[in-house]
Amino acid sequence: MKPAPRASRPNPRRSLRAWLAAGAWLGAAWLLGGCATPGSPAAARDPFEPMNRVVFQFNDTIDKAVLEPVATGYQDYVPENLRIAIGSVFGNLADLWTAVNQLLQGKPLEALSDLSRFVLNSTLGVAGLADIATPMGLEKHHEDFGQTLGRWGVPSGPYLVLPLLGPSSLRDAPALIPDYRGDLVTAIDSKGERNNAYLLRVIDTRARLLRAERLVEGAALDRYSFIRDGYLQRRRNLVYDGNPPEEPPPAYDPEDDPEAPGASGDAPASAPASAPRTDENR
Amino acid sequence: MTKRLLPFLLWLLMFVPAAAATAATAAAAEPPDRLIERLSNEILERIRTDAALKAGDRKKLDELVDNTVMPHVDFRRMTALSVGRNWRTATPEQQQQLMDEFRALLIRTYAGALSSVADQKVRMRPLRANPQDTDVIVRSEVVQPRGEPIQLDYRMARRTDGWKIYDVNVLGVWLVETYRTQFAQEVSTGGIEGLIRSLSEKNRQPAANGKT
Repeated sequence: MKPAPRASRPNPRRSLRAWLAAGAWLGAAWLLGGCATPGSPAAARDPFEPMNRVVFQFNDTIDKAVLEPVATGYQDYVPENLRIAIGSVFGNLADLWTAVNQLLQGKPLEALSDLSRFVLNSTLGVAGLADIATPMGLEKHHEDFGQTLGRWGVPSGPYLVLPLLGPSSLRDAPALIPDYRGDLVTAIDSKGERNNAYLLRVIDTRARLLRAERLVEGAALDRYSFIRDGYLQRRRNLVYDGNPPEEPPPAYDPEDDPEAPGASGDAPASAPASAPRTDENR
Repeated sequence: MTKRLLPFLLWLLMFVPAAAATAATAAAAEPPDRLIERLSNEILERIRTDAALKAGDRKKLDELVDNTVMPHVDFRRMTALSVGRNWRTATPEQQQQLMDEFRALLIRTYAGALSSVADQKVRMRPLRANPQDTDVIVRSEVVQPRGEPIQLDYRMARRTDGWKIYDVNVLGVWLVETYRTQFAQEVSTGGIEGLIRSLSEKNRQPAANGKT
Protein backbone atom coordinates (compact mmCIF):
# COMPACT_ATOMS: atom_id res chain seq x y z
CA MET A 1 0.00 0.00 0.00
CA LYS A 2 2.07 2.92 -1.28
CA PRO A 3 1.17 6.37 -0.02
CA ALA A 4 -0.66 8.11 -2.80
CA PRO A 5 0.86 11.28 -4.16
CA ARG A 6 -1.23 14.21 -2.98
CA ALA A 7 -3.42 15.70 -5.69
CA SER A 8 -2.01 19.19 -5.25
CA ARG A 9 1.05 20.38 -3.40
CA PRO A 10 -0.01 22.69 -0.57
CA ASN A 11 0.76 26.24 -1.63
CA PRO A 12 3.47 27.89 0.48
CA ARG A 13 1.30 30.79 1.72
CA ARG A 14 -1.30 28.33 2.90
CA SER A 15 1.17 26.12 4.69
CA LEU A 16 2.76 29.15 6.36
CA ARG A 17 -0.64 30.12 7.67
CA ALA A 18 -1.16 26.57 8.89
CA TRP A 19 2.14 26.69 10.74
CA LEU A 20 1.25 30.01 12.34
CA ALA A 21 -2.09 28.63 13.45
CA ALA A 22 -0.40 25.56 14.86
CA GLY A 23 2.10 27.76 16.67
CA ALA A 24 -0.64 29.90 18.16
CA TRP A 25 -2.52 26.81 19.24
CA LEU A 26 0.51 25.29 20.93
CA GLY A 27 1.24 28.64 22.56
CA ALA A 28 -2.25 28.57 24.03
CA ALA A 29 -1.67 25.02 25.22
CA TRP A 30 1.52 26.19 26.93
CA LEU A 31 -0.19 29.10 28.64
CA LEU A 32 -3.27 27.24 29.74
CA GLY A 33 -1.44 24.00 30.37
CA GLY A 34 0.72 25.05 33.26
CA CYS A 35 -2.06 24.45 35.72
CA ALA A 36 -3.72 21.54 33.96
CA THR A 37 -1.88 18.57 35.44
CA PRO A 38 -3.97 15.55 36.43
CA GLY A 39 -3.58 16.20 40.16
CA SER A 40 -4.84 19.78 40.11
CA PRO A 41 -8.42 20.70 41.01
CA ALA A 42 -11.03 19.82 38.42
CA ALA A 43 -11.71 23.49 37.63
CA ALA A 44 -8.11 24.05 36.51
CA ARG A 45 -7.98 20.92 34.38
CA ASP A 46 -11.34 21.50 32.81
CA PRO A 47 -12.18 25.20 32.44
CA PHE A 48 -14.55 24.36 29.55
CA GLU A 49 -16.53 21.85 31.60
CA PRO A 50 -20.01 23.23 30.80
CA MET A 51 -19.32 23.09 27.06
CA ASN A 52 -17.56 19.74 27.33
CA ARG A 53 -20.51 18.23 29.15
CA VAL A 54 -22.84 19.31 26.37
CA VAL A 55 -20.60 17.71 23.73
CA PHE A 56 -20.19 14.61 25.92
CA GLN A 57 -23.96 14.28 26.11
CA PHE A 58 -24.26 14.74 22.35
CA ASN A 59 -21.62 12.07 21.65
CA ASP A 60 -23.26 9.74 24.10
CA THR A 61 -26.64 10.09 22.44
CA ILE A 62 -25.22 9.31 19.00
CA ASP A 63 -23.17 6.44 20.40
CA LYS A 64 -26.16 4.85 22.11
CA ALA A 65 -28.33 5.29 19.02
CA VAL A 66 -25.92 4.15 16.32
CA LEU A 67 -22.39 3.15 17.15
CA GLU A 68 -22.90 0.95 20.19
CA PRO A 69 -25.65 -1.20 18.62
CA VAL A 70 -23.53 -1.63 15.48
CA ALA A 71 -20.43 -2.54 17.52
CA THR A 72 -22.44 -4.99 19.61
CA GLY A 73 -23.81 -6.62 16.48
CA TYR A 74 -20.31 -6.79 15.01
CA GLN A 75 -19.12 -8.52 18.16
CA ASP A 76 -22.06 -10.92 18.29
CA TYR A 77 -22.18 -11.94 14.64
CA VAL A 78 -18.62 -11.70 13.29
CA PRO A 79 -16.55 -14.75 14.32
CA GLU A 80 -13.87 -13.99 16.86
CA ASN A 81 -10.98 -15.10 14.66
CA LEU A 82 -12.06 -12.77 11.90
CA ARG A 83 -12.39 -9.89 14.36
CA ILE A 84 -8.90 -10.60 15.69
CA ALA A 85 -7.50 -10.60 12.13
CA ILE A 86 -9.26 -7.32 11.31
CA GLY A 87 -7.94 -5.74 14.50
CA SER A 88 -4.44 -7.00 13.64
CA VAL A 89 -4.51 -5.45 10.18
CA PHE A 90 -5.42 -2.02 11.55
CA GLY A 91 -2.95 -2.46 14.39
CA ASN A 92 -0.25 -3.26 11.88
CA LEU A 93 -1.01 -0.16 9.80
CA ALA A 94 -0.76 1.92 12.99
CA ASP A 95 2.66 0.47 13.86
CA LEU A 96 4.38 2.45 11.09
CA TRP A 97 3.12 5.80 12.42
CA THR A 98 4.08 4.64 15.91
CA ALA A 99 7.62 4.01 14.64
CA VAL A 100 7.76 7.52 13.13
CA ASN A 101 6.65 9.03 16.44
CA GLN A 102 9.17 6.93 18.38
CA LEU A 103 11.86 8.46 16.19
CA LEU A 104 10.47 11.98 16.69
CA GLN A 105 10.55 11.33 20.44
CA GLY A 106 14.23 10.43 20.25
CA LYS A 107 13.79 6.71 20.81
CA PRO A 108 15.61 5.10 17.85
CA LEU A 109 15.63 1.60 19.38
CA GLU A 110 11.88 1.58 19.91
CA ALA A 111 11.44 3.05 16.42
CA LEU A 112 13.48 0.20 14.99
CA SER A 113 11.48 -2.35 16.97
CA ASP A 114 8.15 -0.98 15.75
CA LEU A 115 9.42 -0.70 12.18
CA SER A 116 10.52 -4.35 12.38
CA ARG A 117 7.06 -5.24 13.63
CA PHE A 118 5.53 -3.52 10.63
CA VAL A 119 7.88 -5.21 8.15
CA LEU A 120 7.53 -8.69 9.68
CA ASN A 121 3.78 -8.56 10.11
CA SER A 122 3.21 -7.05 6.66
CA THR A 123 5.20 -9.82 4.97
CA LEU A 124 5.32 -13.03 6.98
CA GLY A 125 2.16 -12.03 8.80
CA VAL A 126 0.37 -11.55 5.47
CA ALA A 127 -0.56 -7.85 5.46
CA GLY A 128 -0.87 -7.89 9.21
CA LEU A 129 -3.57 -10.57 9.38
CA ALA A 130 -1.46 -12.31 11.99
CA ASP A 131 0.66 -10.57 14.59
CA ILE A 132 3.74 -12.77 14.48
CA ALA A 133 6.08 -10.09 15.85
CA THR A 134 4.66 -10.11 19.39
CA PRO A 135 5.50 -13.78 20.05
CA MET A 136 8.96 -13.02 18.63
CA GLY A 137 9.50 -10.58 21.47
CA LEU A 138 8.75 -7.34 19.62
CA GLU A 139 6.07 -5.89 21.85
CA LYS A 140 3.35 -3.68 20.45
CA HIS A 141 3.45 0.00 21.33
CA HIS A 142 1.17 2.88 20.58
CA GLU A 143 2.56 6.34 19.98
CA ASP A 144 0.73 9.25 18.41
CA PHE A 145 1.63 12.86 17.70
CA GLY A 146 -0.03 14.11 20.89
CA GLN A 147 2.37 11.94 22.87
CA THR A 148 5.26 13.27 20.78
CA LEU A 149 4.25 16.85 21.60
CA GLY A 150 4.03 15.84 25.26
CA ARG A 151 7.51 14.37 25.05
CA TRP A 152 8.72 17.67 23.59
CA GLY A 153 7.41 19.41 26.70
CA VAL A 154 4.03 20.67 25.52
CA PRO A 155 1.67 20.37 28.49
CA SER A 156 -1.68 18.70 28.03
CA GLY A 157 -3.63 21.92 28.45
CA PRO A 158 -7.33 21.94 29.32
CA TYR A 159 -9.49 18.91 28.71
CA LEU A 160 -11.61 18.99 25.57
CA VAL A 161 -14.43 16.75 24.43
CA LEU A 162 -14.51 16.77 20.63
CA PRO A 163 -17.74 16.16 18.75
CA LEU A 164 -17.82 12.50 17.62
CA LEU A 165 -14.12 11.99 18.43
CA GLY A 166 -14.49 12.14 22.21
CA PRO A 167 -11.97 12.92 24.97
CA SER A 168 -9.01 15.08 23.98
CA SER A 169 -7.08 18.09 25.17
CA LEU A 170 -5.82 21.39 23.83
CA ARG A 171 -2.55 19.61 22.97
CA ASP A 172 -3.98 16.34 21.67
CA ALA A 173 -6.74 17.81 19.51
CA PRO A 174 -4.56 19.60 16.91
CA ALA A 175 -2.17 16.62 17.02
CA LEU A 176 -4.95 14.63 15.37
CA ILE A 177 -4.14 16.41 12.09
CA PRO A 178 -0.59 14.99 11.76
CA ASP A 179 -2.02 11.67 13.00
CA TYR A 180 -4.54 11.81 10.16
CA ARG A 181 -1.80 12.62 7.64
CA GLY A 182 0.39 9.80 8.92
CA ASP A 183 -2.46 7.31 8.89
CA LEU A 184 -1.88 4.66 6.23
CA VAL A 185 -5.63 4.23 5.70
CA THR A 186 -5.69 7.85 4.50
CA ALA A 187 -3.31 6.77 1.73
CA ILE A 188 -5.74 4.26 0.20
CA ASP A 189 -6.36 5.49 -3.36
CA SER A 190 -9.95 4.56 -3.93
CA LYS A 191 -12.31 6.81 -2.01
CA GLY A 192 -14.87 4.05 -1.57
CA GLU A 193 -12.36 1.56 -0.20
CA ARG A 194 -10.87 4.21 2.04
CA ASN A 195 -14.24 5.07 3.56
CA ASN A 196 -15.06 1.40 4.05
CA ALA A 197 -11.74 0.96 5.83
CA TYR A 198 -12.44 3.96 8.08
CA LEU A 199 -15.87 2.64 8.90
CA LEU A 200 -14.63 -0.85 9.68
CA ARG A 201 -11.91 0.57 11.89
CA VAL A 202 -14.35 2.70 13.85
CA ILE A 203 -16.58 -0.33 14.45
CA ASP A 204 -13.62 -2.51 15.40
CA THR A 205 -12.34 0.11 17.86
CA ARG A 206 -15.77 0.65 19.36
CA ALA A 207 -16.33 -3.10 19.74
CA ARG A 208 -13.10 -3.37 21.65
CA LEU A 209 -14.24 -0.64 24.02
CA LEU A 210 -17.49 -2.41 24.92
CA ARG A 211 -15.99 -4.19 27.89
CA ALA A 212 -14.13 -1.13 29.18
CA GLU A 213 -17.30 0.88 28.84
CA ARG A 214 -19.24 -1.56 31.00
CA LEU A 215 -16.48 -1.26 33.58
CA VAL A 216 -16.77 2.53 33.63
CA GLU A 217 -20.54 2.24 33.76
CA GLY A 218 -20.26 0.15 36.91
CA ALA A 219 -17.40 2.05 38.55
CA ALA A 220 -18.29 5.71 38.03
CA LEU A 221 -20.58 7.88 40.10
CA ASP A 222 -20.32 10.53 37.38
CA ARG A 223 -19.24 9.10 34.03
CA TYR A 224 -18.19 12.48 32.63
CA SER A 225 -15.61 13.28 35.30
CA PHE A 226 -14.55 9.64 35.61
CA ILE A 227 -13.68 9.47 31.91
CA ARG A 228 -12.07 12.91 32.01
CA ASP A 229 -9.78 12.07 34.94
CA GLY A 230 -8.99 8.69 33.45
CA TYR A 231 -8.14 10.24 30.09
CA LEU A 232 -5.84 12.94 31.49
CA GLN A 233 -3.98 10.51 33.78
CA ARG A 234 -3.68 7.92 31.06
CA ARG A 235 -2.33 10.39 28.49
CA ARG A 236 0.25 11.68 30.94
CA ASN A 237 1.28 8.11 31.65
CA LEU A 238 1.56 7.40 27.92
CA VAL A 239 3.72 10.47 27.30
CA TYR A 240 6.20 9.07 29.82
CA ASP A 241 5.82 5.47 28.57
CA GLY A 242 4.49 4.26 31.89
CA ASN A 243 7.09 5.99 34.06
CA PRO A 244 5.79 9.48 34.80
CA PRO A 245 8.12 11.59 36.98
CA GLU A 246 7.47 13.01 40.48
CA GLU A 247 5.39 9.95 41.21
CA PRO A 248 7.31 8.36 44.08
CA PRO A 249 5.32 8.82 47.26
CA PRO A 250 4.07 10.97 48.75
CA ALA A 251 1.90 11.86 45.78
CA TYR A 252 -0.94 12.76 48.10
CA ASP A 253 -1.16 15.82 50.29
CA PRO A 254 -0.66 14.72 53.93
CA GLU A 255 -3.79 16.77 54.75
CA ASP A 256 -5.72 14.35 52.55
CA ASP A 257 -4.15 11.30 54.11
CA PRO A 258 -5.68 11.07 57.58
CA GLU A 259 -5.13 7.33 57.79
CA ALA A 260 -1.45 7.41 56.84
CA PRO A 261 0.82 5.50 59.20
CA GLY A 262 1.99 8.11 61.66
CA ALA A 263 -1.06 10.31 61.17
CA SER A 264 -2.97 8.21 63.66
CA GLY A 265 0.08 7.50 65.79
CA ASP A 266 0.76 3.93 64.67
CA ALA A 267 4.10 4.47 62.94
CA PRO A 268 5.69 1.21 61.85
CA ALA A 269 8.14 0.03 64.46
CA SER A 270 10.59 -1.00 61.79
CA ALA A 271 11.07 2.49 60.37
CA PRO A 272 14.53 3.76 61.26
CA ALA A 273 14.31 6.79 63.53
CA SER A 274 16.72 8.73 61.33
CA ALA A 275 14.75 8.24 58.11
CA PRO A 276 12.27 11.04 57.47
CA ARG A 277 8.68 9.85 57.40
CA THR A 278 7.57 9.70 53.82
CA ASP A 279 4.23 11.27 54.55
CA GLU A 280 5.71 14.43 55.96
CA ASN A 281 6.35 16.18 52.67
CA ARG A 282 9.94 15.29 52.13
CA MET B 1 49.44 -10.87 49.38
CA THR B 2 48.25 -9.45 52.71
CA LYS B 3 48.45 -5.99 51.22
CA ARG B 4 46.05 -7.06 48.57
CA LEU B 5 43.79 -8.75 51.04
CA LEU B 6 43.53 -5.87 53.48
CA PRO B 7 41.24 -3.60 51.44
CA PHE B 8 39.07 -6.57 50.72
CA LEU B 9 38.81 -7.42 54.42
CA LEU B 10 38.00 -3.82 55.29
CA TRP B 11 35.36 -3.77 52.61
CA LEU B 12 33.94 -6.97 53.99
CA LEU B 13 33.88 -5.62 57.53
CA MET B 14 32.02 -2.54 56.39
CA PHE B 15 29.42 -4.35 54.39
CA VAL B 16 28.73 -7.51 56.31
CA PRO B 17 26.69 -5.79 59.03
CA ALA B 18 24.73 -3.87 56.43
CA ALA B 19 24.05 -7.01 54.46
CA ALA B 20 23.08 -8.89 57.58
CA ALA B 21 20.68 -6.14 58.59
CA THR B 22 19.07 -6.17 55.17
CA ALA B 23 18.69 -9.92 55.28
CA ALA B 24 17.08 -9.69 58.71
CA THR B 25 14.49 -7.15 57.63
CA ALA B 26 13.82 -9.11 54.45
CA ALA B 27 13.07 -12.16 56.54
CA ALA B 28 10.77 -10.13 58.79
CA ALA B 29 8.62 -8.96 55.89
CA GLU B 30 8.33 -10.25 52.36
CA PRO B 31 9.64 -7.54 50.00
CA PRO B 32 6.77 -5.60 48.40
CA ASP B 33 7.51 -6.69 44.84
CA ARG B 34 7.80 -10.36 45.81
CA LEU B 35 4.49 -10.07 47.63
CA ILE B 36 2.76 -8.60 44.58
CA GLU B 37 4.24 -11.22 42.28
CA ARG B 38 3.12 -14.06 44.54
CA LEU B 39 -0.36 -12.58 45.05
CA SER B 40 -0.90 -11.87 41.35
CA ASN B 41 0.07 -15.37 40.29
CA GLU B 42 -2.03 -16.90 43.04
CA ILE B 43 -5.11 -14.90 42.04
CA LEU B 44 -4.69 -15.52 38.30
CA GLU B 45 -4.31 -19.23 39.00
CA ARG B 46 -7.42 -19.29 41.19
CA ILE B 47 -9.52 -17.55 38.53
CA ARG B 48 -8.21 -19.77 35.76
CA THR B 49 -9.01 -22.98 37.61
CA ASP B 50 -12.37 -21.98 39.08
CA ALA B 51 -15.11 -21.64 36.47
CA ALA B 52 -17.67 -20.19 38.90
CA LEU B 53 -15.22 -17.53 40.03
CA LYS B 54 -14.34 -16.71 36.44
CA ALA B 55 -18.02 -16.18 35.68
CA GLY B 56 -18.07 -13.56 38.44
CA ASP B 57 -19.77 -15.62 41.21
CA ARG B 58 -20.18 -13.13 44.04
CA LYS B 59 -19.80 -15.55 46.93
CA LYS B 60 -16.56 -17.00 45.58
CA LEU B 61 -15.24 -13.58 44.72
CA ASP B 62 -16.02 -12.24 48.20
CA GLU B 63 -14.21 -15.20 49.67
CA LEU B 64 -11.17 -14.64 47.43
CA VAL B 65 -11.07 -10.93 48.22
CA ASP B 66 -11.47 -11.39 51.98
CA ASN B 67 -9.01 -14.24 52.38
CA THR B 68 -6.37 -13.50 49.77
CA VAL B 69 -6.45 -9.82 48.85
CA MET B 70 -7.66 -7.87 51.87
CA PRO B 71 -4.99 -9.07 54.31
CA HIS B 72 -2.52 -7.13 52.15
CA VAL B 73 -4.61 -4.01 51.63
CA ASP B 74 -4.87 -1.00 53.92
CA PHE B 75 -8.42 -0.43 52.83
CA ARG B 76 -9.11 2.11 55.52
CA ARG B 77 -6.35 4.34 54.19
CA MET B 78 -7.44 3.75 50.61
CA THR B 79 -10.97 4.89 51.41
CA ALA B 80 -9.76 7.80 53.54
CA LEU B 81 -7.49 9.02 50.74
CA SER B 82 -10.30 8.79 48.23
CA VAL B 83 -12.65 10.77 50.47
CA GLY B 84 -9.83 13.25 51.18
CA ARG B 85 -10.07 15.87 53.88
CA ASN B 86 -13.77 15.24 54.41
CA TRP B 87 -12.86 11.89 55.96
CA ARG B 88 -12.12 13.64 59.27
CA THR B 89 -15.61 15.09 59.43
CA ALA B 90 -17.21 11.64 59.09
CA THR B 91 -18.29 9.80 62.21
CA PRO B 92 -16.78 6.35 62.86
CA GLU B 93 -20.07 4.78 61.73
CA GLN B 94 -20.04 6.80 58.50
CA GLN B 95 -16.42 5.84 57.92
CA GLN B 96 -17.34 2.19 58.26
CA GLN B 97 -20.29 2.63 55.88
CA LEU B 98 -18.03 4.38 53.37
CA MET B 99 -15.53 1.53 53.51
CA ASP B 100 -18.25 -1.11 53.08
CA GLU B 101 -19.90 0.64 50.14
CA PHE B 102 -16.60 1.46 48.44
CA ARG B 103 -15.51 -2.16 48.78
CA ALA B 104 -18.78 -3.37 47.30
CA LEU B 105 -18.43 -0.93 44.40
CA LEU B 106 -14.92 -2.10 43.57
CA ILE B 107 -15.84 -5.79 43.80
CA ARG B 108 -18.84 -5.22 41.53
CA THR B 109 -16.62 -3.42 39.06
CA TYR B 110 -13.99 -6.12 38.88
CA ALA B 111 -16.37 -9.07 38.97
CA GLY B 112 -17.32 -8.50 35.32
CA ALA B 113 -13.69 -8.33 34.22
CA LEU B 114 -12.73 -11.75 35.56
CA SER B 115 -14.24 -13.59 32.60
CA SER B 116 -11.49 -12.22 30.37
CA VAL B 117 -8.78 -13.93 32.41
CA ALA B 118 -7.15 -16.60 30.26
CA ASP B 119 -3.49 -17.08 29.51
CA GLN B 120 -2.21 -13.77 30.88
CA LYS B 121 1.03 -13.67 32.81
CA VAL B 122 2.27 -11.18 35.36
CA ARG B 123 5.65 -9.64 34.78
CA MET B 124 7.31 -7.52 37.42
CA ARG B 125 9.01 -4.28 36.43
CA PRO B 126 12.18 -3.24 38.30
CA LEU B 127 11.52 -1.84 41.77
CA ARG B 128 13.09 1.56 42.18
CA ALA B 129 13.37 1.77 45.94
CA ASN B 130 15.91 1.72 48.73
CA PRO B 131 15.84 -1.05 51.32
CA GLN B 132 14.98 1.43 54.08
CA ASP B 133 12.01 2.94 52.21
CA THR B 134 8.67 2.61 53.96
CA ASP B 135 6.56 3.75 51.02
CA VAL B 136 7.16 2.40 47.52
CA ILE B 137 5.56 1.97 44.12
CA VAL B 138 5.60 -1.61 42.89
CA ARG B 139 5.30 -1.87 39.11
CA SER B 140 4.05 -4.82 37.17
CA GLU B 141 2.34 -5.59 33.91
CA VAL B 142 0.00 -8.22 32.69
CA VAL B 143 1.33 -9.71 29.48
CA GLN B 144 -1.33 -10.89 27.07
CA PRO B 145 -1.06 -13.12 24.03
CA ARG B 146 -2.23 -10.20 21.88
CA GLY B 147 -1.91 -6.46 22.21
CA GLU B 148 0.03 -4.24 24.54
CA PRO B 149 0.78 -5.33 28.11
CA ILE B 150 -1.56 -3.92 30.77
CA GLN B 151 0.26 -1.75 33.28
CA LEU B 152 -0.60 -2.51 36.92
CA ASP B 153 1.14 -0.56 39.68
CA TYR B 154 0.65 -0.45 43.43
CA ARG B 155 1.45 2.11 46.10
CA MET B 156 2.50 0.21 49.20
CA ALA B 157 3.39 1.25 52.71
CA ARG B 158 5.34 -0.73 55.22
CA ARG B 159 3.45 -1.54 58.41
CA THR B 160 4.41 -3.63 61.40
CA ASP B 161 2.65 -6.67 59.92
CA GLY B 162 4.12 -6.40 56.44
CA TRP B 163 3.60 -4.32 53.29
CA LYS B 164 0.09 -3.02 52.61
CA ILE B 165 -1.37 -1.82 49.32
CA TYR B 166 -3.17 1.53 49.55
CA ASP B 167 -3.55 2.53 45.88
CA VAL B 168 -3.72 0.74 42.54
CA ASN B 169 -2.87 2.01 39.07
CA VAL B 170 -4.45 0.40 36.03
CA LEU B 171 -3.07 1.53 32.65
CA GLY B 172 -1.66 4.68 34.19
CA VAL B 173 -4.79 5.67 36.08
CA TRP B 174 -4.60 5.75 39.89
CA LEU B 175 -7.70 4.53 41.66
CA VAL B 176 -7.52 6.98 44.57
CA GLU B 177 -6.89 9.99 42.36
CA THR B 178 -9.85 9.09 40.17
CA TYR B 179 -12.26 8.43 43.03
CA ARG B 180 -11.18 11.58 44.82
CA THR B 181 -12.97 13.72 42.22
CA GLN B 182 -15.95 11.36 42.13
CA PHE B 183 -16.37 11.50 45.91
CA ALA B 184 -15.67 15.22 46.23
CA GLN B 185 -18.47 15.96 43.75
CA GLU B 186 -20.96 13.96 45.83
CA VAL B 187 -19.79 15.43 49.14
CA SER B 188 -20.05 18.98 47.81
CA THR B 189 -23.72 18.48 46.92
CA GLY B 190 -24.96 16.15 49.65
CA GLY B 191 -22.28 15.97 52.34
CA ILE B 192 -20.88 12.68 53.66
CA GLU B 193 -24.43 11.32 53.97
CA GLY B 194 -25.04 12.16 50.31
CA LEU B 195 -21.90 10.30 49.28
CA ILE B 196 -22.92 7.20 51.25
CA ARG B 197 -26.38 7.37 49.69
CA SER B 198 -25.02 7.65 46.12
CA LEU B 199 -22.66 4.75 46.69
CA SER B 200 -25.32 2.46 48.08
CA GLU B 201 -27.74 3.39 45.29
CA LYS B 202 -25.03 2.62 42.76
CA ASN B 203 -24.40 -0.73 44.44
CA ARG B 204 -28.08 -1.64 44.38
CA GLN B 205 -28.36 -1.11 40.63
CA PRO B 206 -28.25 -4.31 38.60
CA ALA B 207 -24.61 -5.23 38.22
CA ALA B 208 -22.87 -4.74 34.92
CA ASN B 209 -22.68 -8.22 33.51
CA GLY B 210 -19.49 -9.80 32.35
CA LYS B 211 -20.65 -11.18 29.05
CA THR B 212 -18.67 -10.14 26.03
